[in-house]
Amino acid sequence: MAGGQERILRRRIKSVQATKKITKAMELIAASRIVKAMGRINDARPYLTAMTKVVEDLAASSGLPKSRYLADPQPGPRGMLVITSDRGLCGSFNSAPLRMVEKAVAQPGTQAKIVAVGKKAQSFFRYREIPVEHQVLGVTDRPTYAHAQEIAQQVLALYDAGEATTVDAFTTRFLSAGSQRLEVIPILPIDPEKFLSGTHGQSLDFEIEPSPEELIDPLLRLYVEEMIFALLLEASASEHAYRQRAMKAATENAEELIKKYTRIMNRARQDAITTEIMEIVGGAEALRASDNLEELE
Amino acid sequence: MAATMHAELLTPERSLFSGDVTYVMARTGDGDIAFLANHAPFIGTLEICVVKIERPGEADLFAAVHGGFVHVAKNRVTLLADVAELANEIDVARARLAMERAEQVLAHATDTSVEAALRRAHVRLAVSETFTRHS
Repeated sequence: MAGGQERILRRRIKSVQATKKITKAMELIAASRIVKAMGRINDARPYLTAMTKVVEDLAASSGLPKSRYLADPQPGPRGMLVITSDRGLCGSFNSAPLRMVEKAVAQPGTQAKIVAVGKKAQSFFRYREIPVEHQVLGVTDRPTYAHAQEIAQQVLALYDAGEATTVDAFTTRFLSAGSQRLEVIPILPIDPEKFLSGTHGQSLDFEIEPSPEELIDPLLRLYVEEMIFALLLEASASEHAYRQRAMKAATENAEELIKKYTRIMNRARQDAITTEIMEIVGGAEALRASDNLEELE
Repeated sequence: MAATMHAELLTPERSLFSGDVTYVMARTGDGDIAFLANHAPFIGTLEICVVKIERPGEADLFAAVHGGFVHVAKNRVTLLADVAELANEIDVARARLAMERAEQVLAHATDTSVEAALRRAHVRLAVSETFTRHS
């Protein structure tokens, strides 16, 4: 009877042990992916720096030409770019930005145009019946520049058509392996100050071909692509960092459970043995008692 | 020894080349352009083209570049390419296939994106050919 409880517990311990093995493996995989994702962030950095320098020099040498991408944010429909992953088991990596967008959309007077990256965003918005302009899947695991181009095209199309007067990205920034932060980053319009900061001091006289006016729009479109690419890379690294932490917690939790169940199981077994001994001793006593009675008679 | 300058060939995903060079040739919107040391500051667009980089004491470097920007300042040439490949990285079979496919489409239609694809394939093949001839 008591052995039944012991068997149930033994089975549960086994299943928790199996789960622990899986979470441990996921934790290790995520850890190795963080390193790779950080490498990709570093590889992409020189281009972004050089790219910014080109616009800065253009601004310094002939003044920043007028562009529809450079302006103060105007009131109007808000474009929102949400970056989530395709897979779960990564703590609040997906739920946090999605809840933030949901809150922003629910604000009275807000007209939202959503560009959603990741399967998690897709199912979230579908379930809540929030309309999404465009979806991109299969990105954060290993973002490529082609992904960034596709997303940037959608974002720029919304902006160019006037369907969104501003576009913000709701995404997780990767500050370091130990620290990531959810941020809302303005993508469009681009703040001209960004390119004017580095210009005081020496200003070279650039030969520009074709004219600065013709160059600025393609450059800024490229800048948007590049900005989105950088955000995707950071989100990817963050996803792996979140997953590693979530899986580490799960592994620790499994260890705790195993310890707890083992203790309960041992007690159950001990109880069963004690009961059995009591029964045997009781039985023996009863036998001896009846023998004594017979002798007396 | 000829005067050198610093050159970089960058793509969004990684840096393909960075080092001291004596000569860089590329094609901008206005035609071919070559940069030597101490070139005047310059900003321009890059076409789909072959880029040739000459290094002191080492073999010349060829790369297929598919559009982007070039920035020259303070004796540094920076090539910012959307997509670029060094000669030894090019998948010749794939480029040839892409060329044939594009030619088939263009035989009975005009499509600017297919034309660009054809140009990309041509550039890739040209780069890998010069590379194999040199080595």
